[in-house]
Amino acid sequence: MKPCAATFVAMEEPGTLVLAASGEWLLASAAELDHRLRALRVPAGKRVTIDLAGIDRIDTAGAWLLLRTERELEVNGNRVELRNLRSSLAPLLAQVQAGGMRPAVSHPRPVHHSLTGFVARIGAVTIGIAARTYRILGFVGLVLATVLRLLRHPGRLRLTALVAQMEQTGVDALVIVGLLSFLVGIVIAYQGADQLARFGAQIYTVDLLGVGILRELGVLMTAIIVAGRSGSAFTAQIGTMQVNEEIDALRTLGLDPLEVLVIPRLLGLLLSLPLLTIYANLMGLLGGCLMAWGVLGITIPQFVHELQTSLEPMSFWIGVLKAPFFAVIIATIGCYEGFQVSRSAESVGRLTTLSVVEAIFLVIVVDAIFSVFFSMLGI
Amino acid sequence: MSGGPDVPGEAVIRIRGLVNRFGTETVHDGLDLDVFRGEVLGIVGGSGSGKSVLLRTIVGLNRPAEGRVEVFGDDIMRCGETVRRGLEKRWGVLFQDGALFSSLTVAQNIEVPLDEHYAMPPRLKDEIAACKIGLVGLGEDAATKYPSQLSGGMRKRAGLARALALDPEIVFLDEPTAGLDPIAAGEFDKLIRDLRQSLGLTVFMVTHDLDSLFAICDRVAVLVDKRIRVGRLAQLLADDHPWIRAYFHGPRGRAALRAEGADPAVRETPATASA
Repeated sequence: MKPCAATFVAMEEPGTLVLAASGEWLLASAAELDHRLRALRVPAGKRVTIDLAGIDRIDTAGAWLLLRTERELEVNGNRVELRNLRSSLAPLLAQVQAGGMRPAVSHPRPVHHSLTGFVARIGAVTIGIAARTYRILGFVGLVLATVLRLLRHPGRLRLTALVAQMEQTGVDALVIVGLLSFLVGIVIAYQGADQLARFGAQIYTVDLLGVGILRELGVLMTAIIVAGRSGSAFTAQIGTMQVNEEIDALRTLGLDPLEVLVIPRLLGLLLSLPLLTIYANLMGLLGGCLMAWGVLGITIPQFVHELQTSLEPMSFWIGVLKAPFFAVIIATIGCYEGFQVSRSAESVGRLTTLSVVEAIFLVIVVDAIFSVFFSMLGI
Repeated sequence: MSGGPDVPGEAVIRIRGLVNRFGTETVHDGLDLDVFRGEVLGIVGGSGSGKSVLLRTIVGLNRPAEGRVEVFGDDIMRCGETVRRGLEKRWGVLFQDGALFSSLTVAQNIEVPLDEHYAMPPRLKDEIAACKIGLVGLGEDAATKYPSQLSGGMRKRAGLARALALDPEIVFLDEPTAGLDPIAAGEFDKLIRDLRQSLGLTVFMVTHDLDSLFAICDRVAVLVDKRIRVGRLAQLLADDHPWIRAYFHGPRGRAALRAEGADPAVRETPATASA
């Protein structure tokens, strides 16, 4: 069904310029008609008659073009008259005339495309970060107050939810945390052996592994994996509840969302992250041990012996000590961002991403602060 | 409620022997339906009776187990890519909550189908978008707003503007007045009636809203027993199927009838006689 060409012809008649429109003025021909109509030049003050006798069909795009031309000619100082409008086309023209005669949509240019916009954006982002920090601190205060209240009424702690959270954040993470730590152990042992062999000091690979994994990598890897799988889950779960108005429902039922949703997640992670860290340390050392055996020929008893003599227990404790701090960061950020979700599903996705990025960022910052702190203490 | 074809004309949608199954549950079982050019057809039925599934099947979002669905004479299940793209230009769909693209402004939403199907200068596109936004009764400031900044009623209007972007011949409306306050719902009914009149649209409308049915539908199709009973309101009011009786003669149905001001059974008689 090919539409017959839409066109118009300009003709001079005594005292008036006649634009005889014909064909099917439909969207498909709109671009071409638009081009020709815009190129039309009529001297100001001249009478114009638009003759619609030849129009077979018309849609809103065609009606818009006709009426736009009429209006622009009037603005130009011409007297315009429509003639031979068929009654079947009248309702559409009337409707477009009544409701659709608007200036073109002007899309606002994104402000950051200009230099001042760029600077303004940096400012806005900075203020946003400060405001967010302030609100997160407020949230931390709320959580602390809830924890204190629960300490006075320990019976209100939701044990079932707590255990369920420990299962989801701890037990369910065993495979991925174990596998990745094992692989990191292998990588460090291999790289360490490669470098230290140049000095004939292969045996110190064990020291490198011990210190590297126990003090830093075990807990850091675990925290990053948990931030990715549990922190995001916290935001998504609480955020989805927010979208469904479940949080509001909790409040109207007299339940405190912090007590019901946040505390079990926080305590659950607080308990499971140190345990996961110890497990990750073991798997990392296992990976390193097997690699040392394979590449350097250090037997397992030798490895254990070297580890015992070279390593202070402090290294182990420093790693494990950091875990609860990381757990608090991940759980707090995860839950906080969940509560920030508005009623749109799109914000769940955005805030989940944000929560993971923020949690990992803060974990690494806090880890660096710990390093500085411990070096000042000389441990 | 005027302007509907008294004599059935060309069937723009023709459904024969449609069967839809989800798992072991059969939703439609040998359903037949014709939709004629220029009419407003209301689809009603209980929750879960497959109203939306029927709509989704016609526009090709749901593949039926059996049966044949023709739109403008083309079998939508078996037509090729080109035919299918041609069909997409000739229909518009308004989903329940508008289904606007949330990352685009209202105007950009309307320009998506224009961009996809036609090459046209940006300025003309912006003019057409502004025109459509005006036609559905949204303010000029709505054009550059994002869907999340709009109320439910405005989102529906914006969704309708996008559905009308290509000046389609058929529009499918999925519960257009659900979730609107009675005033907004009444305005939406009027809007659809006006647009139908001026654009010569065929409207396929899934609805729960009895007032809409009485106000704008030429014919009503009731989904009962996995099939459809279709007719003018007067015929359905006289139908003695228990669900249809409960629907139209229940307290809400009677209230809507009263609100129409006249007994449709009487008013409809001449039209029925001439059909």
